[in-house]
Amino acid sequence: MLNYTIRRLIFAIPTLLFISFIIFIILDMAPNDPTGNLPLTIPPEVRQKIRESLGLDAPMYIRYLLWCNQFFINEPLNMLHQWFGWCIGDCEGRLRVESWITRSPVVDSIVERMPQTLWVVGMSYVVSILVAVPIGVISAYKQYSWFDQAGTLVSMIGFAVPTFFTGLVLQIVFSTMIPSDHWAWLPSKYNTLHEVTDWQSFVYQMRQMAMPVTVLALYNMAQLSRFMRASMLDNLSQDYVRTARAKGLRERTVVLVHVLRNSLIPVVTVIALGVPTIFGGAIITEQIFGVNGLGALLIIGIQGADIPLVQTLTFIFAVLIVLFNLIADILYGLLDPRIRYE
Amino acid sequence: MKLSKIAMATAGASMLATSAFAAGHEMQGRDGHVGIIYWQAASILNPYLSGGTKDIEAASLVIEPLARYDQDGNMVPWLVDEIPTVENGGVAEDLTSITWKLSEGLVWSDGTPVTSADVVFTANYCMDPEGGCQQLAKFGDVTSVEALDDLTIKITFGVPKPFPYGPFVGGQTPILQAAQFEGCSGAAAPSCTDQNFGPIGTGPFVVTEFRANDTISMEANPNYRDPSKPAFATLTFKGGGDATAAARTVLETGEFDYAWNLQIAPEVLDEMESAGKGTIVSGFGTLVERIMINLTDPNPDLGDERSTVAHPHPFLSDIAVRQALSMAIDRELLTEIGYGQAGRPTCNVLPAPAIYASTANDACLVQDIAGANALLDEAGWLPGADGIREKDGVRLSILYQTSTNAVRQDFQALIKQWWSEIGVETELKNIDAGVFFGGDQSSPDTFQKLFADVEMYANNFDGTDPEAYMGNWKCSEIPSPENAWLGGNMPRYCSEAYDGLLAEMAGTADIDERARLAKAMNDMLMQEYVIIPLVDRGRVSAHANTLEGVVLNTWDSELWNVADWSRAD
Repeated sequence: MLNYTIRRLIFAIPTLLFISFIIFIILDMAPNDPTGNLPLTIPPEVRQKIRESLGLDAPMYIRYLLWCNQFFINEPLNMLHQWFGWCIGDCEGRLRVESWITRSPVVDSIVERMPQTLWVVGMSYVVSILVAVPIGVISAYKQYSWFDQAGTLVSMIGFAVPTFFTGLVLQIVFSTMIPSDHWAWLPSKYNTLHEVTDWQSFVYQMRQMAMPVTVLALYNMAQLSRFMRASMLDNLSQDYVRTARAKGLRERTVVLVHVLRNSLIPVVTVIALGVPTIFGGAIITEQIFGVNGLGALLIIGIQGADIPLVQTLTFIFAVLIVLFNLIADILYGLLDPRIRYE
Repeated sequence: MKLSKIAMATAGASMLATSAFAAGHEMQGRDGHVGIIYWQAASILNPYLSGGTKDIEAASLVIEPLARYDQDGNMVPWLVDEIPTVENGGVAEDLTSITWKLSEGLVWSDGTPVTSADVVFTANYCMDPEGGCQQLAKFGDVTSVEALDDLTIKITFGVPKPFPYGPFVGGQTPILQAAQFEGCSGAAAPSCTDQNFGPIGTGPFVVTEFRANDTISMEANPNYRDPSKPAFATLTFKGGGDATAAARTVLETGEFDYAWNLQIAPEVLDEMESAGKGTIVSGFGTLVERIMINLTDPNPDLGDERSTVAHPHPFLSDIAVRQALSMAIDRELLTEIGYGQAGRPTCNVLPAPAIYASTANDACLVQDIAGANALLDEAGWLPGADGIREKDGVRLSILYQTSTNAVRQDFQALIKQWWSEIGVETELKNIDAGVFFGGDQSSPDTFQKLFADVEMYANNFDGTDPEAYMGNWKCSEIPSPENAWLGGNMPRYCSEAYDGLLAEMAGTADIDERARLAKAMNDMLMQEYVIIPLVDRGRVSAHANTLEGVVLNTWDSELWNVADWSRAD
């Protein structure tokens, strides 16, 4: 297993380098211009100078190598410097990956926005797992009962209704129709500067997370509960279940120990594969509720043709996807003794 | 006895409270917190490194120019006592220099004095060739900026400048603190993240936390020149989302006090206002939505000479066709559908300030399909078998391009319909704004290349002086492969008389005379029908009913008078 993991990790390196190069080429070929969104009152000569100051006049491969140097060498060195105070080379004047819009290091923006993304999108993922697993189990156990039908209906709604619609409906009900002094009122804009220091601020944090988390959880839950139900149904009709019952085990034990554990194997890998999307943020939902996390950052970067920002973010997503694919494979092996990687 | 004592004590306490309240009314920060929402988040607080309106306006809370424009477009002294003019000797007789004198006793928010050295530093900072300064155009023709003494600055121009108020007037060119930005000049400019995110200024607020593309929190500047201002102790500048959501937070939920630039469907906005929590404010500047006619042939068969002056347009070079296209448009209806309160129909490409606005072309306000048809008949353009007019084998078939934007696509559909009523066939095309307005040389879809027959977009000019704006349509501004498609003369219009008027304006300082010339140039463009103006687009913002003192300004930052904002009791 360890050998397998190490082999996969080593293979991941050329894969990721290749991905980073492809991303760079695609971004470079996209007909976009970092000065395109500036007011028209800024004359073309000035625009040309701005482009030069961003280094856009250098050939493509030079810009790619420069990014590689900044991202793979300078950024890790800077991290060592910031976290442990270890200084290797020129610590202060080191060239980091800088956004063209904010003229500040991209990695700092990502770190700054990580908390709200994890709080909101991560929490919605946790909520959706906690809700989806029981729904899936009961739906499968009591297939075609009214509960199963209702569960199917809710999942269909979760699948079919886009988040920008549910988000808006919730906002209109909880922020607009309910007066702002009512206990059930919820803020429509997420305050990213809010700090949890005491009970009251914690309650406020819960309130401002309530709507975005619900919207995202509904969507994720729909998917997961269907997976869970299908997997349970597969297992319920297996021979070992009949054997367990024949041995005189209690129904509870049969379902929750034997069937559930076996059914969770594929679901766990689906959950693991979905984790990178948490970091990708939920672009639309973040935009509606003003969460301004990583998803919103990516959109701003794309609109402003901020190549270093988009390149760095998409590359980090690529790393996460490769990593969690590996984790899912390993988990699968750990949970299911029939599978061995050697 | 006991009771009366209590009563007296209560009375005393309440008197104390009243006097404290009265004193408090004059104090800075008496009204607590104010929340501003910009649906485009601020990315940086240094306008020299960002041309974006959102960034310039966010920065205007902190850093200030020498003079600003008020809501009517008049200059008001800001960090100076008076505006230099030729009459008061501040502007040299030969118009080649201007001398500004800072007000006495100004201090930065860190308590150090503001001196002429800061102003000189700021000018050199922007004019550094390595820095990529985005406001460089404001410093056009400046040859030197020098400090005559601690408070006096002399700006010298290489050519006579009848309107020498480019540098340091308006929100785009505020004064930076030399001590803070030392070491940030030239190539180092982008690396000064701390400075760019938290400039030290003279404005009413100072930055306490800056989160790029998200939220800025600020507090009142303790060293602000008027100790009774600003009325708010803290300020949040929230960004992100979309215009509709921003409008809702002010007009319906009351979470924020001020929302900027609410370009949304007029009926949606009115509906929100009826919730009774906030008020919509609008103001008009110089932003005109217009159709640019291509006077050259965009035929792809011409290769490198496509849309260049080498080949006149097969039918748009006929003034009758251009005039008919303009006559067929109902500008009232376009305005009502697209902009509501935020627009008014216009027949001029130069609609404001008032002294520059011509009234000679107002006939265009009334749609005249019959007149347009008659005009085309007379010019020999007769309907063919399919109803499309033609002459000598040339069909009136137009490719009409613009950027992707819901209102613009509505306009395209309406105008296509009207043009079909006069026998003109129209093909519509829309291009992503980033590509259309971007200067990518390899893209055939930029608005400069104009590989189409007509195109629609909006443009305006900074400040109040139209000279540079009218200069867009001189012969030398025609975009072509030779000048890498740079230049603002999209119609490829070239007239000696027009260039002559421009040259005359460049040597004229008298404001009335300048107005006459600007109007004459505007009328020339309008009566040649090379530009078809449609709508004068205003700015629409909203503020909470409890917020007082908002004066919407389209000539400068919308937050220009934030120091005077206060909370209604």
